[in-house]
Amino acid sequence: MKTSTLTAAVAGCMPRHTTWRTGALAFTTLFFLTLPGSAHAQNAGMAQGGMTEEVAPPRLDWNPNDPRIGLAAGWRDAGEAISNLRKVATLTRADGFFNPEDPGDGRFSNTDIAFRGDLMFQGNYNGFQVYDISNPSMPRLRVSVVCPGGQGDLSVHGNLLVMSSQETRARLDCGVEGVEAPVSNERIRGIRIFDISNIESPRQVAAVQSCRGSHTHTILKAPNDDENLWVYIQGTSGVRPAEELAGCVGGDPEENPETALFRIEVVRVPLANPAAAEIVNAPRIFADAQGNIAGLNPGGQLAPGGQNSRSTNQCHDITMYPELGLAAGACSGNGILLDISDPANPVRINEVFDPNFAYWHSATFNNDGTAILFTDEWGGGAAPRCRGSDPATWGANAIFSLDANREMELQGYYKLPVPQSETENCVAHNGSLIPVPGRDIKVQAWYQGGVSVLDFTNPSHPFEIAYFDRGPLSDTQLFTGGYWSTYWYNGAIYGAEISRGIDVFELEPSEHLSAAEIAAAEAVILDSFNAQMQPRFVWEDTPVVARAWLDQLERKDGILASRAQAVDRVLVAAESGRADAAQLRAVAADLEADAIAVEAMELGGDAERLVKLAAVLRGIASGE
Amino acid sequence: MRAILRLLTSGASSVLVAACASYGGGSGDGTPPATTAGDAASAAAPVIQPGAPGEASRVVEARRFEDLDLPPWTEADADFMSGMIHHHAQALQMTALIPERSASVGVSQMGLRMEISQRDEIRLMHDWLRERGLDAPEVVLTKGPDQGILRDGSPHATTNHAPGGLMPMPGMLSAEQMRALEAAHADRFDRLFLEFMIQHHTGALTMVERLFETPGAGQDSRVFQFATDVDADQRAEIDRMRMLLARYRDR
Repeated sequence: MKTSTLTAAVAGCMPRHTTWRTGALAFTTLFFLTLPGSAHAQNAGMAQGGMTEEVAPPRLDWNPNDPRIGLAAGWRDAGEAISNLRKVATLTRADGFFNPEDPGDGRFSNTDIAFRGDLMFQGNYNGFQVYDISNPSMPRLRVSVVCPGGQGDLSVHGNLLVMSSQETRARLDCGVEGVEAPVSNERIRGIRIFDISNIESPRQVAAVQSCRGSHTHTILKAPNDDENLWVYIQGTSGVRPAEELAGCVGGDPEENPETALFRIEVVRVPLANPAAAEIVNAPRIFADAQGNIAGLNPGGQLAPGGQNSRSTNQCHDITMYPELGLAAGACSGNGILLDISDPANPVRINEVFDPNFAYWHSATFNNDGTAILFTDEWGGGAAPRCRGSDPATWGANAIFSLDANREMELQGYYKLPVPQSETENCVAHNGSLIPVPGRDIKVQAWYQGGVSVLDFTNPSHPFEIAYFDRGPLSDTQLFTGGYWSTYWYNGAIYGAEISRGIDVFELEPSEHLSAAEIAAAEAVILDSFNAQMQPRFVWEDTPVVARAWLDQLERKDGILASRAQAVDRVLVAAESGRADAAQLRAVAADLEADAIAVEAMELGGDAERLVKLAAVLRGIASGE
Repeated sequence: MRAILRLLTSGASSVLVAACASYGGGSGDGTPPATTAGDAASAAAPVIQPGAPGEASRVVEARRFEDLDLPPWTEADADFMSGMIHHHAQALQMTALIPERSASVGVSQMGLRMEISQRDEIRLMHDWLRERGLDAPEVVLTKGPDQGILRDGSPHATTNHAPGGLMPMPGMLSAEQMRALEAAHADRFDRLFLEFMIQHHTGALTMVERLFETPGAGQDSRVFQFATDVDADQRAEIDRMRMLLARYRDR
């Protein structure tokens, strides 16, 4: 959740387009013709005081029979709708970590989650929990840790757990009573670092103070550096007084060139001595070529009919992709691309702007690093922004292609494809990739809008393949609730619900996703997972992975039927322990020949997947 | 001072059982029903409170949220919320003048967005005050010429409480300024609107600043988050209004 711009739709006043697609195309074309990259040019659209024709953002189209519409309200007994998922566990929040009289008591909200081995770490505004998830359908609480301060987003690396501390009530000693004095050395706004080598008794080993506190943070384990863990602090709230932390000043760069706005903080954590963690840099990653540190989006409505955008003076999330040496920053008014090959000195190499975005919130690369999905947290997560009247491109995901020159280009939008009520806070929020080979699939939290699993393999045409939703907490009052994060980890989807607790789901096969594709995803086992440090998924050459590719080829008529039968025959043999290397290679050679024919336009089909399938068959053969 | 957690005595386990039982068979009234599978085992898990960096952690008995002496909301928090309702409501009165008077698309669009967010925030402040059994200023929220006025017809407060007495509420338009705005049209109106709203928003920033300068205030999570949001949003809007205003000054 993020500090909000509680800007809202003016949809009621706008003419409506008849279809989603037509609307989206007209809209984006217009903006990208009129909006070059520079801040000055961006301002041009609103510069004239005279009449400017309004262009309506596209409306949401939905199925009126969607079972998510009209679900009964309730805290523990709300109505539910589910599709292509199986709910295997539901846990209330831990004892002592909720207010039984107020589901929306923000002092206890569940927030982000991280994973290591068989453990899940659930952050919240009051501390965190550790659950044993060796059996995903029976998560078992190992320890509850009291350490208030919000928002409690956390990351885990080995035996270190990093936690964000933002609020003025947060105490260095994890005390619950707050910090009364406006200036105090008992306060911690920044990150806390815990040693979790004894999982049932985490110890605080370091606390790093920063001017704006830490709303979220990102850890970075650089492939070429085994000495350090790097932590980028994303501060979004007010700058604290210099009397409390030396050097902290706020305001615009013209007033205060040293302003703590317009930057992130980089913390170096020496792994041999985490207690020595300290801020080593506060890079001005929004600077322009002239050295103006406020070099990106100045904020405001930057196109006719567009969203009211926040200025770029902070990042909400920065998602690292260490294998690419890149990070995608969702930075209030812009999406940015950082070169992180030198972790202490991230360098911005590109940025994008979107007139439909109110607040750039989070980012997810696809596995190949050829696309980035950015989310817009319009309304800050506390407002109902998935109503039928809210535009389909506001509070949505925007999917950009990323080419070899590291240029990003808008391809399409995805918004929860069903309206939610006035008492459900709803907007695009946190999620992660599901490792299905050959496809870009993400499971995503939409607060009280529920869980939505989307396919964005074709970034211009994302679509939903599974969902779960509950009715509102109340049908008379908006309590902030719903899913903060939903992440795939080693075969299951874990949903952190702000007020209801934790839900665990497994994927069900459907027309959109086959049993083999699910099995191939389940076969990818990670040692740990932090959503803002994306791992690259790799699949072993196994029969189930081959079947995932085969299913994709057959689903889209990408392969000759006779060839598919031949693949099936060699896979049946391999599955029953009678793999025949020669036959596998022969079928692989046929597939490669087909791919060449497809490239030469002598045959229909999907050349790329044919080649991928052939490579897996060859890999299986080599393993024999 | 260290956190004080109420320690349960040797009867801890029976207290715990009783607490769980009272959630049993939750009904439509919002109380949680019996916990689901997994929580039985969870009850046995330790609750730990770490110390400051380098210090030891300790086991605490904090099985119910009442066991945590979380910082209470204070009078300053309540005054901030109630004062900010008056403050926001006056902004609604100002934006109500736009349709009849403004000649600028920029001002009209910004005013409309401002209006929607101020209305949302007034609802949030109402909820916060009422949940604590406090009076909330009743404001007309329905869109129209009356939006923003107090339901009982009284004028908006221009002061709120501060430790030791009343304090002027910064940024509020005087009656004279409101009359000047009402009397203005077209370019003059847009220019005055921007000037007055910048003054008004700047006052809200001062209110946030004063809140966090008051001992014990802003320790309630929702107050912290709300005040932080007001600060960020109104700063952004001030920047935007300054850009719009610059164009009138150039003429």
